Amino acid sequence: MIRVCLPAHLRTLAKVGSECKLEISGTITQRTVLDALEARYPMLTGTIRERSTKKRRPLVRFYACEKDLSNESPDAPLPKEVSNGQEPFLIIGAIAGG
Amino acid sequence: MSKIRLLVGTRKGAFILTSDGTRKKWKVAGPHFGGWNIYHMKASPVDGNRIYASQCSDWFGQIIQRSDDGGKSWFQPGTPAGEPTTAPDGSPKGESNNFVYDTSPKTGKPLTTHSWYDGTQHPWEFKRVWHLEPSLTDPDTLYAGVEDAALFRSTDGGKSWHELSGLRGHGSGNKWAPGAGGMGLHTILLDPKNPKRMYIAISSAGAFRTDDSGKTWKPINKGLKSQYIPDPNAEVGHCVHRIAMHPSKPDTLYMQKHWDVLRSNNAGDLWKEVSGNLPSDFGFCIDVHAHEPETIFVVPIKSDSEHYPPDGKLRVYRSKTGGKTWTALTKGLPQKDCYVNVLRDAMSVDTLKPCGVYFGTTGGQVYGSTDAGNSWKPIVRDLPGVLSVEAQVIQ
Repeated sequence: MIRVCLPAHLRTLAKVGSECKLEISGTITQRTVLDALEARYPMLTGTIRERSTKKRRPLVRFYACEKDLSNESPDAPLPKEVSNGQEPFLIIGAIAGG
Repeated sequence: MSKIRLLVGTRKGAFILTSDGTRKKWKVAGPHFGGWNIYHMKASPVDGNRIYASQCSDWFGQIIQRSDDGGKSWFQPGTPAGEPTTAPDGSPKGESNNFVYDTSPKTGKPLTTHSWYDGTQHPWEFKRVWHLEPSLTDPDTLYAGVEDAALFRSTDGGKSWHELSGLRGHGSGNKWAPGAGGMGLHTILLDPKNPKRMYIAISSAGAFRTDDSGKTWKPINKGLKSQYIPDPNAEVGHCVHRIAMHPSKPDTLYMQKHWDVLRSNNAGDLWKEVSGNLPSDFGFCIDVHAHEPETIFVVPIKSDSEHYPPDGKLRVYRSKTGGKTWTALTKGLPQKDCYVNVLRDAMSVDTLKPCGVYFGTTGGQVYGSTDAGNSWKPIVRDLPGVLSVEAQVIQ
């Protein structure tokens, strides 16, 4: 069971609480997590990654286990603490000025 | 008695203001979609409870919202509340924000790039929907004007979108270049007397017309003079801010350009300046009286740098002669220390008698007039900056 935390605006869109739980088989990567998330909540398609290129939107960040994984390869395995459900995969709206 | 509904899009959410036909007391509902830019909301002329909204954010991109109950509840078309979120084949149904430029070999191949700030060619990149224009006859059909400039159409209530690529492909598309505000397609006018005719306008590109339902387009910028482009009389490159028409005289068009207010008596084939005695001919919005096709309204703005009213006085100017001769309308509007702007989609009229006129400001005020502009009152004062206002009469 993979745990995913969404930013508040995307929780509202997807009508979910602070944490989503996803069943994913195989290697757990950013790509497999986001593919599963968009399949379960298609209203999120295009809000985290660009629809056509599948690239992370510039003001969205990915954190886990107190590390910024935003610029890691989308096909790199996520930390084992995420894979085994011990830690959540955090999707964050970046701070932008203010 | 008729009711009136104002659909107000702001930088931090959507608000719906309602009143009875006297237009004296207003209720404010919202914010809907708090925290998101609501560029535009508009109701279907044939189903007043069907409202479409463009919701977007620099963080999370574009969302299309739809209400079928007059704004009480909303959903993303294709993923209504309570219904399965996947199609029978297992694929996601959330396609309502899927704006894909036409790249097909037959119609899209020449459309891969447009001009960029440094003179090089740059790929078209979808950023947001500026304007939604529902069909005059079918509640499930609507048009979307987007940045980077292109026109899309949905025929299934906003579930899916397809580009009318003849616009970008008419020949000048690769010469279009963004200005400081981006390269947005912000104006869509549907001709009520000729269903095959439509007008659109694009910031820093110009105005265009189709006479065959969007298959082919022609620039309609003859007569525009713009000193900020190398050839002031060029076919394209003019920064059109807004076009308006009266439904009874659809061949007469009014334009607020980056500088200059203009009119055309022949469906845009030729424009003539009618700025007349305006204190500044710069501005964003322009609209037409609901019952008097030669009565028009603008809000002069000091310049393309300051973006606030001349002398700190918020004045709507009205011409009853289709331009050239203008009268300042000031009663009820702040006449000192006012430095707000009124954006291109932030003025609207209702069809009651006398005609109601409404506009919203970047300072969050929405002003209304129930006597065609003679006097004004603030309906609400402290919203987020207003991006758009649409008036809707409900029978």
